[in-house]
Order: sequence, then C-alpha cells, then structure tokens
Amino acid sequence: MERIKTLETRNMCESAKNGGCGECQTSCQSACKTSCGVANQQCENK
Amino acid sequence: MLHQYKLGGYNIVLDTCSGSVHSVDDVAYDIISMYESADADEIVRAMMARYGDRDDVSEEEIRLCIGDVEALKKMGKLFTPDTFAPMAGTLKERSGDVVKALCLHVAHTCNLNCSYCFASQGKYHGDRALMSFEVGKRALDFLIEHSGTRRNLEVDFFGGEPLMNWDVVKELVRYARSVEKEHGKNFRFTLTTNGVLIDNDVIEFSNREMSNVVLSLDGRKEIHDRLRVDYAGNGSYDRIVPRFKQFVESRGGKNYYMRGTFTHANPDFTKDVFHMADMGFTELSMEPVVCAEGDPAGLTPEDIETIKDQYEVLAFEMLRRQQEGRPFTFYHYMLDLTEGPCIYKRISGCGSGTEYMAVTPWGDLYPCHQFVGEESYKLGNIWDGVTNTALREKFRACNAYSRPECKDCWAKLYCSGGCAANAYHATGTIAGVYKPGCELFKKRIECAIMMRVAEDAMKNK
Repeated sequence: MERIKTLETRNMCESAKNGGCGECQTSCQSACKTSCGVANQQCENK
Repeated sequence: MLHQYKLGGYNIVLDTCSGSVHSVDDVAYDIISMYESADADEIVRAMMARYGDRDDVSEEEIRLCIGDVEALKKMGKLFTPDTFAPMAGTLKERSGDVVKALCLHVAHTCNLNCSYCFASQGKYHGDRALMSFEVGKRALDFLIEHSGTRRNLEVDFFGGEPLMNWDVVKELVRYARSVEKEHGKNFRFTLTTNGVLIDNDVIEFSNREMSNVVLSLDGRKEIHDRLRVDYAGNGSYDRIVPRFKQFVESRGGKNYYMRGTFTHANPDFTKDVFHMADMGFTELSMEPVVCAEGDPAGLTPEDIETIKDQYEVLAFEMLRRQQEGRPFTFYHYMLDLTEGPCIYKRISGCGSGTEYMAVTPWGDLYPCHQFVGEESYKLGNIWDGVTNTALREKFRACNAYSRPECKDCWAKLYCSGGCAANAYHATGTIAGVYKPGCELFKKRIECAIMMRVAEDAMKNK
C-alpha cells in the first residue's frame, strides 16, 4: 500500500468481545479532574 | 464513520469505530473522501483531473489505490460500520453497583485563596471542614464493601488542600494497607496538592505510598501568582516551586503530574507548559478553567480559537523536543493506540456517579468532586450507601451514545460523550453538551493522533 500507511492500533470491535474488566483507572482521577478523556487511559488487561 | 484531517504535513484518516489510524498521501486522501459516494471510474476521472500531471500518478496507480481502500474496508480498518449503539446502554449495567474509585475530600479548607477555584477556596460553597479518621475509615470500608471483584481501588486525597489534614491522610493510608490483602484489593493512592505544606515527611511518605501525586502549578510566575495567592494576597510560586522540584526529583520515576489551569489571562498557555518543561518537569497537565458564567477568568469565544492554535503549537514543540532528546509528556496527548482502553471504557466514560464518587468531610456521597456542594446531586452517604438511586441511574445512562449531539461526532469514542459536570454547568443538565469543551477536546485528539503519526514516520525513516 504505497499511498496508505496504517498504524498499529487496538481493534475496537475485537475489544468488544474480551474487554470490560473494569480494572483500568478512573479517567479524570489521575490528573485533569475537569474533563472526560478516556483515550489516554492504559488498559490493565493487555 | 471516518474523520479526515490535515495537520503538521500529514494527511490523517481516522476510522472511528475500529480505532484505525491511516497516514496517507494526497491522492489516497482524496480517493478515500470520494470512495463511498462515487464509483471507481468517477474516482479515476476526478483524480486524473486533479493529479494527472504528476509523475507518480497514472490511471493504473489510482486503481491500485482504490483496491487498497477496498482491502482495508474488508479488513475492518476503513468505513467500519457503527455497531456499538445497541450495546452502549447496557455496558454500565454489567458492572452492577460496583464502586472502584473515591475522591476523598479530606479538607474543605485551603491555605490559598485562588479566585478561580471551582471549589470556592476549598469550601465547595459550604462550611470549612476537615474529614475525621472515622469518616475516612468508613469511606475506605464502603469502597471495599462495594468494589465487588475489582482488585485495583483508587483513592484520591483531595480538597481544598489535603495537606491541611495530613495526619488523617497518613492514618487512612496505613489503615487501607492493613486491610487490603485480606480483601484481595490493591489500593492506589493519589495526592493532589498546592504544595504550600510540602515538607520532608510529606515527600517521604508520598513517595512510598502514593501511586501518583498531582502538583498544582499554573506555569510562569506572573501567571501563577495572578490567581494562586494566599489570604494576604501574596503569590505562592516562590514558595512552592523549590518544594515541587525536590518532591519530583526524589520520586524515583513514580508517577506525578504538574497540573495547571489556564484562564482568560493566558490563552497562550503553551508558554506556561514550556516554562514547566524548561524547569525540568516532564509530566505535565494543563486544563482550561471551569468557572461560573460571567467570571472574569472564564474563556471567551476568541480565547477558544487561540487555544486551538496553541494545542497545535504544543504538539509541534513536543515533537521537536522529542527529536532533540528532551521529551515531556502532556496528559491529553497521551494516546496509546495499541494498549489503550477497550470499547467498554470508550463508551462508558469516567464512571462518575456509578463506579466513581466523591466523599465530603462529613461522609456524604456525590457523583464526582465537581458536584460536591450541589445539594440536589447528593447520592447518599458512606453509612447508608447510595439512597438517591434515581440520580445514579441518570449517571449510568450517560455514555458516548446517549446524547443526540454526539450521534455523528467522530470523537465520541475518545471522550465518551464528555464530562457530566461540564455539561451540567454549561446547560443545567448532565445530559447536555458543553460545546466549547467539545471543540477543544477534538483539537486535542487531532493533535495527539498527529503526534503518533509523526512518531511512526520518524521511527520508519
């Protein structure tokens, strides 16, 4: 694929099958305390 | 759903529902934008008209690229249909009434008098108060009792200024450590402090027991000292910066964040971020102010545009410093594409009001620290548990798919529908949308993804 470079990413659809353990950090607890961003949380189950 | 944008010299295609990220050239970028609305012959004609004079573009080349797009679609990495909506409302039900994180307001009082404080100088629009050990202990027991099978339990010592109740903080940590093993739990503590009372005991104890410390610093001295003043009106910068440096240097790699707030006074907040980085702090977080309408510190529509530009400035400078071997982290640009959260988390959000709650010094429960003091948002207390179950259900119903405004938004699986407190303060309901916040959030995610693309390109050079 000369014109397209695909980055390695976690497949969201796949994670629907095995995700949801709930052990990850509560999103805004760690630093911001004033917004909801979940994408910067680390998965505890990977 | 796709989101295509150009930033930093990169053409980026984001496939929202699979989470795939593609860095493409101009031709592929335009082919992808036409792909769903035109057939192959139409795309070839349009691309030849636009790029036919380039040496690397021929009809055959274009058809090859169309084939690549088709292949990515078949692999589930482009034009992935949104199949999450039906399950969105059920995800939080799966957790039942599990609580896994508490924000302990150990001190509703503060030794600083910052006018922009969302907690009204720590009092949360109420009386000054310190949490007793008994109330804190009961809060920890409440957390253990309601945490189900969750092993990792988070407790943030918050305020006001938690160091004004430091002995109780230490006692609570010791109590939690004494009971965690028998319950199969692992407590992770965070301390959020303005730094005024940091001493060797605080540093030594925190480095041993706190997974994370959040240190409040707004950046440049003149910016910090404008609002972060004591009750005599003196700025706190000179007092706290040496303490923060000592604290961070002795942390031995354990997590910390320098956490600042920017206001109408400094929409050019990147100067404050760089100031902190230049002082040697590497883990940085800088947030737009949250304040009441009409507050002079509040951000104007003009500020929002400046801030969006500033987020780009920040991303480019971070990449530059990374290449120079002096990187720093910005909280909102930490986007781990391979090890990040699963779709459950992406849809469900922060967990406020369900798995995350705030506890007042007298043991009342609120959906999060930003609702404390809003009487109608009281969930219950640590002795009787959640008694306002209708309110909990309202929070449970919040997710990436619950707001009509988010339906066609490419960023919904990054913000989960946004912050309930921001929505409440902007619209009067947690089911609302804080639109300036959305604009800033989307810009941050665009920058964060651009940085991953740039890092990937640098790696493969």
